[in-house]
Amino acid sequence: MEFFDFFNNLFKNKKTVSKNTAKERLQMVLIHDRANVSPELLEKMKNEILQVLSKYVEINTEEFDVQLTRTKSEDGERMVPALVANIPIAKTKDDK
Amino acid sequence: MGQVIVVTSGKGGVGKTTTTANIGTALSLKGKKTVLIDTDIGLRNLDVVLGLENRIVFDIVDVVEKKCKVKQALIRDKRFDGLFLIPAAQTRDKNAVTPEQMKELCEELKQEFDFVIIDCPAGIEQGFKNAVAGADRAIIVTTPEVSAVRDADRIIGLLEANEIDQMHLIINRIRVDMVKKGDMMNVDDILEILGVKLIGVVPDDEDIIISTNKGEPASSDEKSKVGQAYRNIALRICGEEIPIMDMGSSNIFVNAFKKIFSRQK
Repeated sequence: MEFFDFFNNLFKNKKTVSKNTAKERLQMVLIHDRANVSPELLEKMKNEILQVLSKYVEINTEEFDVQLTRTKSEDGERMVPALVANIPIAKTKDDK
Repeated sequence: MGQVIVVTSGKGGVGKTTTTANIGTALSLKGKKTVLIDTDIGLRNLDVVLGLENRIVFDIVDVVEKKCKVKQALIRDKRFDGLFLIPAAQTRDKNAVTPEQMKELCEELKQEFDFVIIDCPAGIEQGFKNAVAGADRAIIVTTPEVSAVRDADRIIGLLEANEIDQMHLIINRIRVDMVKKGDMMNVDDILEILGVKLIGVVPDDEDIIISTNKGEPASSDEKSKVGQAYRNIALRICGEEIPIMDMGSSNIFVNAFKKIFSRQK
């Protein structure tokens, strides 16, 4: 049995082992839970950021993305929530 | 002076009551004077798990409403010397008790007992607030499922907010066969996510169902493996260092190969 498990695991891609799926999904959902930021709130923030920035530059809205993630704190001892935004600028607006 | 330990989980059905009953029994077998308090008012169950359901006269609501003395509500377990139960009320709701009343009760019991173990109801509302009010430390019970681990994470946050800093985790119902196949999160996976100290791992075992059927906690059965897991937890609660049972966590060879294969994506 042990022998069998060994080879079973060997030929299973990491992605197909369901516990990895569980772990990844949990880590994602906990980032939101811990920061108390729901996907709806994030969507709202995203739209408002877009509105403000659009006053000055033209944003490629298709690729515009804001995500909640975790990063090391300044002292490097803890993991803290962080917002990461990817805002591709299509073109700058002409100065008037 | 004794310690007050709350057994909590957030999610229902992960084994809080079973854990409370078994740890309490194991502590009393170690010669520790222990009282178990069922705070799941309206859904009382610790009495049946312990096999003490026919002995109830007064309950926790009677105690806090001063309808009886604390001593009168203590049900002495005749099988295990030094084990007592204060049952929940069945016909009232969680608002029948306040956090202040719980604090007072815990303070009083601490003078008399080595351990006061509080069986917390599921959820994060009034029942949870009551259960943690008088606690010195907490044991969080979870199972290797996304829902239970997520709720445990939330509970850890709430315990920190309640200034209960001493927290320990029990991972319940581990299935070694599934862990080996990679179809169940292992102990290390869960510890990595929750970041709290482990105090015990309990295998998924038929003995628990059989012992609960009979109202005889498995930790009193010398031959039971799951009983052994609970007895070990009781010893760790008392400060002894007992190694954690191996639950098929990690095979270095498999992991090494997995790493090589996962690089290919």
